[in-house]
Parts: sequence; C-alpha cells; structure tokens
Amino acid sequence: MDMAVIELSRLQFALTALYHFLFVPLTLGLSFMLVIMESIYVMTGREIWRTVTRFWGKLFGINFVLGVATGITMEFQFGTNWSYFSHYVGDIFGAPLAIEGLMAFFLEATFVGLMFFGWDKLSKLGHLLTTFMVAIGSNLSALWILIANGWMQNPVGSRFNPETMRMEVTDFMAVLFNPVAQAKFVHTVSAGYVTASVLVLGVSAWYLLKGKWTAVAKRSFTVAAAFGLASSLSVVVLGDESGYALTDNQKMKLASLEAMWHTEKAPAGIALIGFPSVKDRETHFEIKIPYVLGLIATRSLTGEVTGINELVVKAEERIENGVRAYDAVERLKTDRGDLAAREAFERHKLDLGYAMLLKRFLADPRAATPDDIRQAAWSTVPNVPVMFWVFRVMMGLGFFFIAFFAAAFWMASIRKFGCENGFCRLFMRAAVWIIPLPWIAAEFGWILAEVGRQPWAIEGVLPTFLGASSLTVSQLWTTIVGFTLLYGALAVIEVRLMLAAIRKGPVEDHGAAADHDETAGGYRPLPAE
Amino acid sequence: MDLPLDYDTLRLIWWALMGVLLIAFALTDGFDLGVAALLPFVAKGDAERRMVINSIGATWEGNQVWFILGGGAIFAAWPFVYAVSFSGFYLAMFVVLSALILRPVGFKYRSKKPDPKWRARWDWALFVGGFVPALVFGVAVGNVLAGIPFRLDGDLRAFYEGGLLGLFHPFSLLAGLLSVAMLVLHGAAWLAIKIEHGPVHDRATRFGVLAAVASVLLFAIGGLFIWQGGMGFRVEGVVDPSGPSNPHIAGAAAAAGAWLDNFGRYPWMILAPALGLLGPLVALLGIVRKREALAFGGSSAGTLGVIATVGLAMFPFILPSSIDPASSLTVWNASSSHLTLFVMLLVTLVFLPLVLFYTAWVYKVLFGRVTLKDVGSNPDYY
Repeated sequence: MDMAVIELSRLQFALTALYHFLFVPLTLGLSFMLVIMESIYVMTGREIWRTVTRFWGKLFGINFVLGVATGITMEFQFGTNWSYFSHYVGDIFGAPLAIEGLMAFFLEATFVGLMFFGWDKLSKLGHLLTTFMVAIGSNLSALWILIANGWMQNPVGSRFNPETMRMEVTDFMAVLFNPVAQAKFVHTVSAGYVTASVLVLGVSAWYLLKGKWTAVAKRSFTVAAAFGLASSLSVVVLGDESGYALTDNQKMKLASLEAMWHTEKAPAGIALIGFPSVKDRETHFEIKIPYVLGLIATRSLTGEVTGINELVVKAEERIENGVRAYDAVERLKTDRGDLAAREAFERHKLDLGYAMLLKRFLADPRAATPDDIRQAAWSTVPNVPVMFWVFRVMMGLGFFFIAFFAAAFWMASIRKFGCENGFCRLFMRAAVWIIPLPWIAAEFGWILAEVGRQPWAIEGVLPTFLGASSLTVSQLWTTIVGFTLLYGALAVIEVRLMLAAIRKGPVEDHGAAADHDETAGGYRPLPAE
Repeated sequence: MDLPLDYDTLRLIWWALMGVLLIAFALTDGFDLGVAALLPFVAKGDAERRMVINSIGATWEGNQVWFILGGGAIFAAWPFVYAVSFSGFYLAMFVVLSALILRPVGFKYRSKKPDPKWRARWDWALFVGGFVPALVFGVAVGNVLAGIPFRLDGDLRAFYEGGLLGLFHPFSLLAGLLSVAMLVLHGAAWLAIKIEHGPVHDRATRFGVLAAVASVLLFAIGGLFIWQGGMGFRVEGVVDPSGPSNPHIAGAAAAAGAWLDNFGRYPWMILAPALGLLGPLVALLGIVRKREALAFGGSSAGTLGVIATVGLAMFPFILPSSIDPASSLTVWNASSSHLTLFVMLLVTLVFLPLVLFYTAWVYKVLFGRVTLKDVGSNPDYY
C-alpha cells in the first residue's frame, strides 16, 4: 500500500467535492426562491415579478450548469479512485446514488431545460410547476446524497459477509431513516437556502446603493430577508440536531471538535476559544462556558460527554476484538465450513473494521504487538486543531447570519430601502461584502464532517486508506493537475459571467426587450414603475 | 429472508436492466453527442450554429441523466463492475469526464457573449464534448470484448496491469469508430427531424448517409474480427447462478471463438446483429426518401442492435479478465446482494415509468422544428 497514492486520492476527492459544493448550495436555495418569486407572479399577475424571476433565473442557470458538470465527476469518482471502497460497500452505498439519479436528478435535469425554454410554450401555472419540479428535484437529490453520506457516518442496517468479503444490506429502512442522514439533510439544504438568500440580498443591496433597478431590488431584498431569516434559524437549530445525533455514534468527532481530551464531570462546558496541542494532548489557554456542551450533546444535566483519551482506550479494546474477527475471516477464506471460525466471527464481527486500522502499520493484523494496537488506537483521533477551529468559524458564521437576517428582515418590514443615513447605508454595504461568507461556512461544514470521520471512510467499518484504488502516483498527479486546470478555468469564467450578468441587471437580451424604451441613462425602465 | 424473486432471476433482470440503461443513454444522449460532434461541420456562421445547438439545448440535460443513472445503477447492482471498470480505465475515464464537463458549460456559456472568438471556442468545446466520449465509449467496449488486464487478490481488491495507451489497439479503435459512426448517424437523423429545411438540414443528411454506410461496414468488420480472431471467453466448471458474489468461488477460461457460442446455442439472438446491420440501412433509406421519422427509427434500431449484440455475445460475462480469467466478472459472481437487487428493482419499477412519462411530456411541449427565425427572436434561446 502506497501512502502517497492514498493521500493524493484524498486530495483529489477533497478538491473535486469542495469545488462541486461551491455550486450546489446556490442551486438548492435559489431554486426555491425562484418558486417563491414566480408564485407571487402567478398570484398577483404583476409583470415586475416575472422580471424578478427571470433575472434570478439567469444567475441560477450560470451557476446550475457548473453544479451539473462537476457532479458528473462525483458520480464516477468512487469507482475511479476508491474502487475497494466501491466493492466493499457498494451493496449499500450504491443504492442511494442510483435512486438519486432515478428519482431526483432526472426530475431536476428534465425540467430545467423546460424552465429556461418554456416561458412562451407553457401557461403561467404550467411554468411555475416546472420551476417547482426543478426545486423539488434538486432538493431530493441532496436528500439521497446525504443518505449515502449519512451511512458513511453511521453505518446502520448492514453486516459484513465473509463469503463476498464486503458489507451487505440487512435493513433498507434503517439506511433510509438513519437519524444522522435526516439531520444532515435538513442542515445542508438550510445552508443552501442561507447561501442563496445572502447572494440575493447582497446583490439587491448593491442595486439599492447604486439606485439601479430599485423595483426589482426591493422585492428581491424582501424575499431574501424573509427566506434568509427562516433558513438561518433552521440551519443553526438543526445543526445542533446533528450535534445531538453525533453523541451516539460519533463520539470521537464531537470530542475532537471540542478538543476535549478527557471526560469531564457532567454537564460538560463548551470551549469558546483555546489552542489545542496534538503533541501535549491538551488544550492551552482554554476559555469555557460551563454546562453548554453537556446540554447540547446529551440534552440533560447528567449525561457525560466522553473525552478523547477515554475513547482511545475503548478503541484499543475494539481493535483486540477486531483481530479475532479478522482471524476468523481469514480462516473462513480457506474453509467455508469452519464452524469454530464462523462462531468467532459472529461474536466479534462488529469490531472487524478496527482490526483493519492495523494494516497501516503491518500487513497482517494478527501479528500486532500491544504497541501496534496502541498506535492504531491513537490513529482513530482526527486532526483536532483543524476540527476545533473549523467548527468555531462555521458556528460563528451561523449565529452571525441569524443576526444579519434579523436586521434585514426588520429593514424590509419598515420598508427602509433608500439609504441616506449611517446604519442603513453601512448595512447595505456590509450585505455586499459578506456575500462570500456562506460559502466559507458550507465548505467548513463539509471539512468538519469529513475530516471528523477520519481515519474512517465508513465509520468503524472501513479505514480510508484501504478504500483507494490501486493506482500510481503519476496517474493521480495527471488527473489532479488536469482537474485543477479545467476547474480553475471554469471558475474564472463562471465568476466573470455572474458579475457581468449582475452588472447588466434585469434586461432582456433579444426581442422581448424591444417592448420597452431606452432611457437616457442607457437603462430600460421596468414595467410597473 | 424470503423474497418473491430468486437471486439468479434477479441477477438476470439486472443484467437486462443494465442493457436497457445503456441503450436508453445511447438513444437519447447519443444524438446529443452526435449533434455536438457534427456542429462545426453542418453549421456555418453563428445563426446556423445556434440553430443546431438549440435543437438539443432544452433536452440534452435530461438525456445526460441516463449516463449518470447508468453509473449509479451499476454501482448499486454491480458494485464489482463499477469498481473494476472505472479504476481500470482510469485515465480514459478522466478524458471522458473532462469532455463531458465541457458540454453543460458550452451550451450555457456560449450564448452569454456575442464575441465571435468566444463563441468559436465554445463550439470546439462542444465538438470535443460530443466526439471524444463517443469515441472513448466505443474503445472501452472494444477493450471489454478483448478482455481487460486485471486480477483480484484474496480480499477481492482489483489490480490493473495496463496503461492508457494499451487501450488503443486495432480492434478497440474499430469499435471506437463504430461508436462514432453510429452516434453521428443518430445525431444527423435527429437534426433531420428537428431543423427546418435548408442548408443545415442538407448537410446533416449528407453526413447521415456517410455515417450510415460506415456503421454497417464497421459493424460487419468487427464481426469478422471476432470470428477470425477467435475472440472470447467461456465459463468452465460448474457455476451456481445463485452463489455468493465472489469470483474466486467460480472459474472461467479463455476459449477461441467463444463470443459466437451463444448465437449457435440460442439462434433467436441473431436478431440483435441483424438489427445492427439493418437499422443503419433503414436509416439510409429514410434519409434518401426524406422520411425523417423512418431515418431516426432506423438509427435507433441500429444502435439498439449493436449494443444488444455485444451484451448477448458476452453473456454471462460482464468484464472478462485477459490476464487472469478466473478473476473475470460475470452475471453470476459480480452482483449486489439478493436484497439490494430486489429493493432496487421495486424502486426502478416505480420511478422508471414516471421518468419516461414526464420526459415524453417535455418533448411534446418542445415539439417542432427549430428555424432561423426562432433563433433570431426567441430571448430564451442559447
């Protein structure tokens, strides 16, 4: 096993997945905002709302295609770069991906063409329905992807089959209604809604500051403020829900994002800030708020949150049991009828994955010394400082968005859009500058979820380093460089087109725009103004 | 657990469904690939190019989902096949993915600026996005027929012994060209239906004639290769069709001419290669007689026939190994578990008809030829 191949495979997956997720949140959120805007158009029949919908629809389209384009890579990357993973868990993990295509992506992709091309071919209601299908499709898509990812975090409803040397499903309903997946789904789509709201609000604020397209901007601002407030509340509350879900199956993730090296007396405090040191295995200069972590994680004053050291001791035990399961599997390979081996396997099968952690240090886990086992047990601790800081940035941004949208909602409620005075103008400027923040929060959220699961690809079942394909370093460099160049060029083009479309504003390109007169400023006045 | 369908029956159904998905991809997104590959040659000037692009602009995205779904369904039903093929064809997959990534962007971004240089660049990106996948898919199928150099170790981890260049040999190139000819014919037949009569229509049908003739010839030569070259593999020993998905438990061996065995054993299977030969000829007739629906039907039938021929000839093999035949993946040793196959079948039975229904509805809404006038006036066009 070549560790360079594994590190490069991880790098490529991280790059392509994080890049893909630059486009996804906006698709998730903006699609529903389009539904809201178009619903108002259909209900009121006022042309201005058609203009609003079509303008944001244009931005949606520029973003959407890159989401689709980079999603193609994701669908096949498990096979190209993680082929042992694909073999090992495809029986369970492949199903949600296939259902995603069949149930969600088909809906989204089939109707998105009609959404752009069908304005004059469909009735008002027919077109609204089409937009709705796109929104439902993209959000269902997220559901299935997060069911797949949720299973990686909390592999329920499955067992190892020694005859086929892989995990197989035992209970589909358990995979489907995995509590981790449910919490992740709502948290992730809410983050998408926040992202879209921040963009729409920011662009609208920019128009208002410039005094351009104010009719479109005011209306968009109002929709974004309301949608954003609801979503930012939901993203934090349901993020807390995923923190709660962690406690049963990913204690290590929780302990490491809190840099909690030792179990504390209940209820545990939450560290506001501190400097975790991996070398000393403690956190320096910690400032704690008492009780909060215990309350969030256990929903009680008496529940304990387990510390890293204690979890490592537990991992040692599981590795020792896992070696017994591993030994049984090896014996079953040569003799499928070995009853003693089957019995030993049944007893220890839940810890089989832990034995595989040893493969990082020696070829045959059965030959492991107590030192190897201790080393393997400590390898179950993810990168604590990264977890600690990334979590704090994400959470801080989450709370910031609530305050931000509360202010925006208040301004929209009192219809304060023309800004001459201090706070209002300051707020509008801030709204423009903070546009990148939700993307940072979303990407950090994924880093937290995925780095926090390390060293596992499937928590407790398959270590990441065993999942990679048998590729060469040069093959990996070829594709990493290739993807970086291609994705980099497309990102530059996308951002430029977005900015150009925003600068241009809600004007129509071809024939339809001819209905309106040009004004001296070069801008066409909007209908209903 | 007792399920109403046997494991071997489900494996057979999923083998057929994999074929259905591949054929659906070739029949729908196939013409998008063909149209993109034809773009620089059938359309001169921006207005004509936009006509061609808009003939598929609203529907190609839905069509492409057949490809994504194909990937997902193979992952779910044939995880071994998914794992071995895509990692084995690693760099080839990268080439295909990059080309396919250019497509969505090309369609959308080309129209965002009037600058002719900008548009010309995207035209070539779209050409690459059509031609390269069409070629590489064919090359991949050629390699599968010839056997892939992989082996599985005791933990069923796959090791691939071959590089990117090893994929290109006379037979696989032939298969690649056949795939291009087939999809170009299909694309030309689509343009014949979808574009108003005029210079673009004329050029498209001329390319269609060439592609139809090439399809028939290349398919026939491919058949001769397999017959004369004695290509193929044959399962040896007793196979349990309901056994565990573990290639180490059942063996296979290479044998001369084995890809033709099935046609001797089940003569009805000859329908598939017959369709592969007759389809393009019918398409040719349709083009010459200006019966465009007939041309499209012919190219569809031909594509179906060619893909079905490959599948039936290889049965029960899916991915034969050229260096270790015992590692070969077959219908009986490479599937998901009994329960997964069953649940996924239920899901497919519910959602596939639904997909077909709304796809048909969308095509109906968008029915009609694209004209130069539309391209000039419709603000929603690319």
